[in-house]
Amino acid sequence: MTQGSVAAEALKRTPLYDLHVELGAKMVPFAGYEMPVQYALGVLKEHLHTRAKAGLFDVSHMGQAFLQGPHHAATAAALETLVPGEIAKLGLGRLRYTMLLNESGGILDDLMVTRSVSQHDDGRLMLVVNAACKDADYAHMSARLPDGVSLEPVEDRALIALQGPTASVVMSKWCPQADELGFMTASSAEFDGIDCHISRSGYTGEDGFEISVAADKAEQLARTLLSHDDVEAVGLGARDSLRLEAGLCLYGHDIDETTSPVEADLVWSMSKRRREEGGFPGADRIRKELRDGPGRLRVGITPDGRAPAREGTEIVDGNGASIGKITSGGFGPSANGPVAMGYVQSEHARPGNEVGLMVRGEARPARVVEMPFVPHRYYRKQK
Amino acid sequence: MAEYKYAESHEYIRLEGDVGVVGISKYAQEQLGDVVFVELPETGKVFSKGDEAAVVESVKAASEVYAPVSGEIVEANGELESNPGLVNEDPEAKAWFFKIKLSDKGELDGLMDADAYDKFVEEQG
Repeated sequence: MTQGSVAAEALKRTPLYDLHVELGAKMVPFAGYEMPVQYALGVLKEHLHTRAKAGLFDVSHMGQAFLQGPHHAATAAALETLVPGEIAKLGLGRLRYTMLLNESGGILDDLMVTRSVSQHDDGRLMLVVNAACKDADYAHMSARLPDGVSLEPVEDRALIALQGPTASVVMSKWCPQADELGFMTASSAEFDGIDCHISRSGYTGEDGFEISVAADKAEQLARTLLSHDDVEAVGLGARDSLRLEAGLCLYGHDIDETTSPVEADLVWSMSKRRREEGGFPGADRIRKELRDGPGRLRVGITPDGRAPAREGTEIVDGNGASIGKITSGGFGPSANGPVAMGYVQSEHARPGNEVGLMVRGEARPARVVEMPFVPHRYYRKQK
Repeated sequence: MAEYKYAESHEYIRLEGDVGVVGISKYAQEQLGDVVFVELPETGKVFSKGDEAAVVESVKAASEVYAPVSGEIVEANGELESNPGLVNEDPEAKAWFFKIKLSDKGELDGLMDADAYDKFVEEQG
């Protein structure tokens, strides 16, 4: 949680800064912003509350940008030269998770891409990228876009996530249309008279929404949500343990410029067409890894005991030889025990495989497991 | 009432006869946040003052608990293994970590009393 730590006077604030302070948040530097790591409730209770009811997260530090071209085919084609995801066939009002790749197939950032629901905006894609990467992402993309397609960073909007099993009930009170959205779809909407853009998505493994709203309306919207009995403000600490239990990657930890989408077990995010056709940076490496199998693979790991294994912990085989490293690890409040993910040599990646974790000089027994650690409860529309 | 002494590394010790009862201070517990795991020393282990004697892990990070005095471990508080959250609830009473038989009671003079520790903590900001 010290990523992007800089001198206090240089830190940026989100439109919800005053609200965080008023709510008793502990503010820490994160990716160049002063962000709430926890509120009075504390990480553990904030985590459990999100899984039981609904948590409100300020994710305004993340980068929102529009990719604008003359029509969808042109914008999608431009983006597909930079990412391995299926963008051309992305439907109106649909979201896709994908990643910016470097020339050697390493991951520069992971991002969400949304195609506008409105035919009038055809040719516009909305991107949400990681806070710590946004400047580099924008420079990378801008330098590689063809004429007629441009990147427009959005600096005047906040992003608020509402996550948890009662998130849709809460949203419906002020925005009935929210509950009509399927998982990974988006729409423009009015929330209690405030214009916003809502997607049914998130980073916790729970049902939920991300709401993009004008910066000067963000506090009003957040306060309205917080007025509901089911909603508590939740900080970055619980956001991290929630996404870890859900088996979701944190950029700069579980994925980075050295890891490919195949090694990171993110092949599901690439369509058959894109895998076959290539046409994205590092396609040679990625298609070779798809064909021959990667040398290492991101896996879930559960320690047998109660001791958490933190990021950087060495993973060893039965003979004590190093076979990989933990990239995220800690205590899973809902799993009620330690959970971790990391990379191991592929021959050790089978679920059930026993490994050792070097914690305080001792190889502690652990095993490779399927992720997520806590079942996803994304919304599925009734047929 | 037993007198509490504190180390700069935020352990407390209170004397019960020849034995010191050691845990982490209320302030240390607040800084750590929700405690989720505790690793305790085995009975019979001998530590010098300042040795790493136990581990406490919160949702945020792992921290060492140092022996505030030299001596031999005579008991560890097994209840913390099954209920680590007790460290947050009652750090300076029920959530003691271990009992240590002091080899040199003179070492207690090097520790802070409650007033001095309160000032020390205030200065830490």
